[in-house]
Amino acid sequence: MPLLLPVLLAALLFSIGIYGVLARRNAILVLMAVELMLNAVNLNLVAFDVWLRDRLLAGQVFTLFVITIAAAEIGLGLAIILLVFRNRATAALDELRDLREQDLAPAGRLGESGTDGGTEPAVTS
Amino acid sequence: MTVEVLFGLLGVVATGSALLVVTTRQMVHAALWLVVTLGAVAGCYLLLSAEFVAWVQVLIYIGAVVVLLLFGLMLTRAPIGASVDLDASMAQRLAAAVVAGATAGVLVVSLVDAFRGEHIALETDRPRGHSSAVGAALFRDWVLPFEVLSVLLLAALVGAIVLSRRDVSEPAERGVT
Amino acid sequence: MSVFASPDVPGFGSDLPIPWWLLLVKAVAIFVFLVVMTLFAIWWERRVVARMQHRIGPNRVGPFGLLQSLADGVKLALKEDIIPKAADKVVFVLAPIISVTPAFMAFAVIPFGPEVSIFGHRTALQLTDLPVAVLYVLAVASVGIYGIVLAGWSSGSTYPLLGGLRSSAQMISYEVAMGLSFVGVFIYAGSMSTSQIVAAQTQYWYAILLAPSFVIYVVSMVGETNRAPFDLPEAEGELVGGFHTEYSSLKFALFFLAEYINMVTVSALATTLFLGGWHAPFGVTSFWAGANHGWWPIIWFVLKVLIALFVFIWLRGTLPRLRYDQFMRLGWKVLIPSSLGWLLLVATVRAVNAQYNLQSRDVLLYGGAGIVVILLLTFIPDLLATRPSEEPEGEPEWDAMAGGHPVPPMPGQSRPVLTGARASDDDDDLPTEDDT
Repeated sequence: MPLLLPVLLAALLFSIGIYGVLARRNAILVLMAVELMLNAVNLNLVAFDVWLRDRLLAGQVFTLFVITIAAAEIGLGLAIILLVFRNRATAALDELRDLREQDLAPAGRLGESGTDGGTEPAVTS
Repeated sequence: MTVEVLFGLLGVVATGSALLVVTTRQMVHAALWLVVTLGAVAGCYLLLSAEFVAWVQVLIYIGAVVVLLLFGLMLTRAPIGASVDLDASMAQRLAAAVVAGATAGVLVVSLVDAFRGEHIALETDRPRGHSSAVGAALFRDWVLPFEVLSVLLLAALVGAIVLSRRDVSEPAERGVT
Repeated sequence: MSVFASPDVPGFGSDLPIPWWLLLVKAVAIFVFLVVMTLFAIWWERRVVARMQHRIGPNRVGPFGLLQSLADGVKLALKEDIIPKAADKVVFVLAPIISVTPAFMAFAVIPFGPEVSIFGHRTALQLTDLPVAVLYVLAVASVGIYGIVLAGWSSGSTYPLLGGLRSSAQMISYEVAMGLSFVGVFIYAGSMSTSQIVAAQTQYWYAILLAPSFVIYVVSMVGETNRAPFDLPEAEGELVGGFHTEYSSLKFALFFLAEYINMVTVSALATTLFLGGWHAPFGVTSFWAGANHGWWPIIWFVLKVLIALFVFIWLRGTLPRLRYDQFMRLGWKVLIPSSLGWLLLVATVRAVNAQYNLQSRDVLLYGGAGIVVILLLTFIPDLLATRPSEEPEGEPEWDAMAGGHPVPPMPGQSRPVLTGARASDDDDDLPTEDDT
């Protein structure tokens, strides 16, 4: 089998994943696009592992590691998204802009009190 | 030859369904197309003689990760039918398409240039990704990363529990809202 | 395809080229076996449960009512097929198919018997012999979850959605325990191929050698198939019918079929991994040497599967449904930790055995007995913990106007603490009210 076949497929999947991450608004759909990119990387790893006939099977072992990490990532990512959804009733990424710079001036007071709380925990608790 | 044809078909299925994942307007359908993509990629692993990895892909990705995603979709009240607010603005989508197209172009050109004419010689008698071979590699040569990974998983487990437990996060919630 | 070949499984015929028609015959045979088993299991379940409840059960259609399930199937097929207006049509139609296909597929790797000769071809009674067969079964079973989740979601209705969510959570968590219970078998058999695992059990069944794994598997297989007492996704009293509330006619029949095939599959897996597969039970070979050869092993296999199915029915006839939190606690806090601990022991014994050549069988037997005792002991704090906490909660609060006229608090009931300035004065005035 020509090496180009799996490698080009991986490149296409990766590009589609990039489009998804950039163009989607819903956090869960962005996670799905990230999964696409991870899969592209996995496909590359397996293809090169088979091509290079690596004695340590590094490519396939790394693929297993990436799959495991992806599972952990999805678990944590979903926990965060569900927490956001519980607090904001939305999973749209562009509405989560509390920490952006423009809002610094009106939210300055709030930020100061937050730092005060950090330095003097006894006062807030 | 049949392997190449099969791989090409799987590649078309994977690419097509991946495109649908990032463009469909129905959230749950996106997850289902993702299942098709992941399944096609698992088929590619099988054809590349990475048998164990292929079944792990089906077991963990399709069986657990996407089910978790579906779970998340349903808990965030995914509606039946098309949603209008899944995509960013038209301008951002255009920019995303340009970036993705450029990435694809660069990757394809450079990969074709680098690996044209290279062939993967598949061992037909004993698959390379046989479970015993992968097991030996995993527990002989890659034990330390494996152990580190288990610690990572534990940390992720604890983190997910802390994030999703209401009684732990209640004071923070009260502070925010 | 070459990737499906399993060259290192000797003696089971998979290294011989199998003609395509033989493969087809085997596939059709498995299909027929599963459908017949489903029809039989439904009849059997109704008869056994009826006997347990001092009823007679279906006895009209055919001898002993054996054809009752067939009649029910025909009736279901002739019913009106309803698709709700709010449903996602494509997914709604797809869900039962997704549910039933993996159920059939999982059986491809189950060995029914040893090598036999069919029309001059030596071949094992097994459709395909994957080296990662058990992993394949787990993977296919996890695809089956989609059927239920999607059925619940696409119905566009609340109770099915809740049922689907419950079921996905349930099956994911019990699949972990199930997979962990297999690992002991893998460590002992040194293989994930079902035929090799069966071959490794010629002397001792793993149900005895790895008793804790077996116990954990039996519990998790009931959870995995959504059967009573773990039938929370389709609890009639709570969720109407769960994920299949909106389904009717053939689509409902497909879900029913999937549930029963899944029961047969997990029973067959229990047989293959823990109960010696197609090997004859102990003692039979001592007076009948041919019991493990030719076509006879199919009898032992089917017998063992039927016994496992009986356990399913028995459980359904005996135990009440668990509450959801109890069920999750059992999965995550009892089954998974205890199977992890047991695995640690098994791996240690195997390693020690490999190094010092001890008699690991004794160690495992005693250790296994100890773990079973510990497993059972873990239920005691559970029982002790839930009882006292529930009873005070369950006590009704003192209703001052119960029955339409003022009443004093009963023994054990306390007067509510009133807010405001005079509340404390009132309490001081009436200190002995509880005693009267």
